[in-house]
Amino acid sequence: MADHGQHSVPHAQPGEFDNMELVHPKTFLGKYVWSQDAKVIAIQYGITAIAIGLVALVLSILMRLQLGFPNTFALIDPSSYLQYVTMHGMIMVVYLLTALFLGAFGNYLIPLMCGARDMAFPYLNMLSYWFYLVAVLILMASFFVPGGATGAGWTLYPPQAISPGTPGINGGILLMLGSLSVFIAGFTMGGLNYVVTVLQARTRGMTLMRLPLTIWGIFMATVMALLAFPALLVAILMMLCDMLLGTSFFMPEMLNLGEQSGHEGGSPLLYQHLFWFFGHPEVYIVALPAFGIVSDILATHARKNIFGYRMMVWAIIIIAVLSFVVWAHHMFISGMNPYFGFLFATTTLIIAVPTAIKVYNWVLTLWRGNIRMTVPMLFAIGFIFTFVNGGLSGLFLGNVTVDVPLADTYFVVGHFHMVMAVAPVLVVFGAIYHWYPKITGRMMDDALGKIHFWVTFLGTYAIFYPMHFMGFAGVPRRYYGYGETAYIPDSIQTLNAFMSVAAIIVALVQLVFFYNLVRSYFRGREAGPNPWQATTLEWQTEHTPPRHGNFGAELPVVYRWAYDYAVPGAKQDFIPQNMAPEEVERLDDQSASGRATP
Amino acid sequence: MTVTLIFIAVMMAIFGGWLFSHSIGVRPWEAQAAGESSRQMPVGVSAPRVGLGVFLAVATSLFALTISAYLMRHDMGHDWQPLAVPGLLWWNSACLVLGSVALQTAWQGARRDDAQRLRLGLLVGGGFTIAFILGQSLAWWQLQAAGHYLAANPANAFFFLLTALHAVHLLGGLFAWSRSLFRLQQGAAPREVLPSIELCALYWHFLLVVWGILFALLLTT
Repeated sequence: MADHGQHSVPHAQPGEFDNMELVHPKTFLGKYVWSQDAKVIAIQYGITAIAIGLVALVLSILMRLQLGFPNTFALIDPSSYLQYVTMHGMIMVVYLLTALFLGAFGNYLIPLMCGARDMAFPYLNMLSYWFYLVAVLILMASFFVPGGATGAGWTLYPPQAISPGTPGINGGILLMLGSLSVFIAGFTMGGLNYVVTVLQARTRGMTLMRLPLTIWGIFMATVMALLAFPALLVAILMMLCDMLLGTSFFMPEMLNLGEQSGHEGGSPLLYQHLFWFFGHPEVYIVALPAFGIVSDILATHARKNIFGYRMMVWAIIIIAVLSFVVWAHHMFISGMNPYFGFLFATTTLIIAVPTAIKVYNWVLTLWRGNIRMTVPMLFAIGFIFTFVNGGLSGLFLGNVTVDVPLADTYFVVGHFHMVMAVAPVLVVFGAIYHWYPKITGRMMDDALGKIHFWVTFLGTYAIFYPMHFMGFAGVPRRYYGYGETAYIPDSIQTLNAFMSVAAIIVALVQLVFFYNLVRSYFRGREAGPNPWQATTLEWQTEHTPPRHGNFGAELPVVYRWAYDYAVPGAKQDFIPQNMAPEEVERLDDQSASGRATP
Repeated sequence: MTVTLIFIAVMMAIFGGWLFSHSIGVRPWEAQAAGESSRQMPVGVSAPRVGLGVFLAVATSLFALTISAYLMRHDMGHDWQPLAVPGLLWWNSACLVLGSVALQTAWQGARRDDAQRLRLGLLVGGGFTIAFILGQSLAWWQLQAAGHYLAANPANAFFFLLTALHAVHLLGGLFAWSRSLFRLQQGAAPREVLPSIELCALYWHFLLVVWGILFALLLTT
């Protein structure tokens, strides 16, 4: 990468947000509770999401206890098991991963990486968090209402979700639907902010093609979420009408204990279409920010520019577009015209092309890089392995003929946990280790981080890899117990016990992470402003942690992309985005002909 | 889902085309000084306008999905009995058109610093909108009185759902409208309220178009 370009710095019109008025509260409540600072809101999102995520983690351990050691624990009965399955799924997908990637990382990184002082609409941004918190509280309340939380499965399929016999039929499902509605309203406020900030509040010089891939990932995921969440909202409203007003949008005519349900002609398939029109893009709403973050972590810690930046941007966009035309692959066994099955199988397999481009580019970024095996790098590489493994099993399920026998088996559970649970969670950890020094000003402990990585990485494989074999054996998912099921061999039980022990170990090692998080905050090594020698703007702030307003008196001016690592001829092995060409220190002509030494 | 897919395709085509025009021939790895147009957004496109545009995209997605559900349920069920659309809806539609025209007048008044025209346009626009919502409620009551209960038939249920969704969006607009009116009453100059009046007018036009599509759908199915 040569440092071409003009060396004069023309004075452009100031950006729209150069002089935005920031609310600088003086009180503790104003600063840390009712804050309009995107960074504080990000931390609020992060803490809330991780707290609710821990609830979901405990639920998964309860499920594993039942599966590994059936009927040993009195508090786990068939109804509560279904409630754990449902709440675990919904919390992890929506309330943890979506909120963490978009609410927490989006809020922290968008203004900083774009060179803005704050989000475009700070008040709306604050409201977004409080809506999210209310949604979480409503969801948690469902554990305590008579009948408990809903046990309809995270897809909440009618008629089961609102029919007698399903756990949580009274208050549980109502609170779930209410909570999701509030979440969607809150997310719309936040998402609107993210999109407008990226489009309007970029600092001078931060062209679209200079945006770090983290921002591209978060931006496109937000666009997708804004277009996809309405599908869930429509489905919720219609289900509420069926439940409370007696309409028959989704509810067919049914007999319950000899009595007619009162509904007539409703179509459960209609719900499935609406749900998966949201549900499949949701996979990429979680994956795209992870893709972006991994790209930036790999480039920074391999000291190399990202391979094929433009290809990476377009791959993100193509994945986003295609993800809206694959939803019915979740419905192959619901019954559909075979031509539709073929169509959706084809679009599903086509989406593997841009995804594969990304994977190749990550690997090529690492190729001959000056790789620093830091903790964030370990998590990023772990992500590539896990995502590829999960993606390959997706190729099986994308084919109708293979999907039919594997549907509703543990193969599906293994697949989606690898690709959209473990893989993005590895990125979440990598991102926390990567940006923690900027957020707190201190480094996290390296040794504890490596212990955390290896146990989590290997442990999750121990949990989810065997599920693929169980799926091939035909073991059905969502079952509380298998009883005397003849075709399931006894060895499956041994495997289940092994997986449960692995799950407990993985859960326990998260305590090391939390210990590291808290200990480092008080006793961690001072990080300085840019400990990873990164190029992006968040590492170039005047203060660490950045103060409200992010940058000093003047906003940074951007002269280059985010991947100027090991630039030939440059003295340093990284050039920050806001370093003018004339400020770059160069080696003499002789040494400039070779590769720059880091 | 054809309606929704067309909408998504149009949205993505606009976005993809815009990005393509800004990325073709660009060499991101080359360092260059920041230029005048480095933010790459058209002149005059303000953050509130972009914010409204994004919100309208979300609302369009919501209505497109509801219309898709309407058409799918219409084709799936054998129990669909077309609803006799109340004649009152024509009068309601006229109110919404007049409300939209009045808000356009208010916007023009704000741009020309004409406080009287602004206030009149705003009051008339809000009045017609409230009349529209009351008219829709009356239509609901008429349908109930005629025995077209919400739960009796999916066509009835969709009528109530679509009109309620539309009315909720209008009520949200009326909240913004009342804030602008309050500021005007407090002595704000037309120029000061211009940005919010502009957004109100655009939002009203959008909801008028949505209502036109919904009404046509109800009449033709």
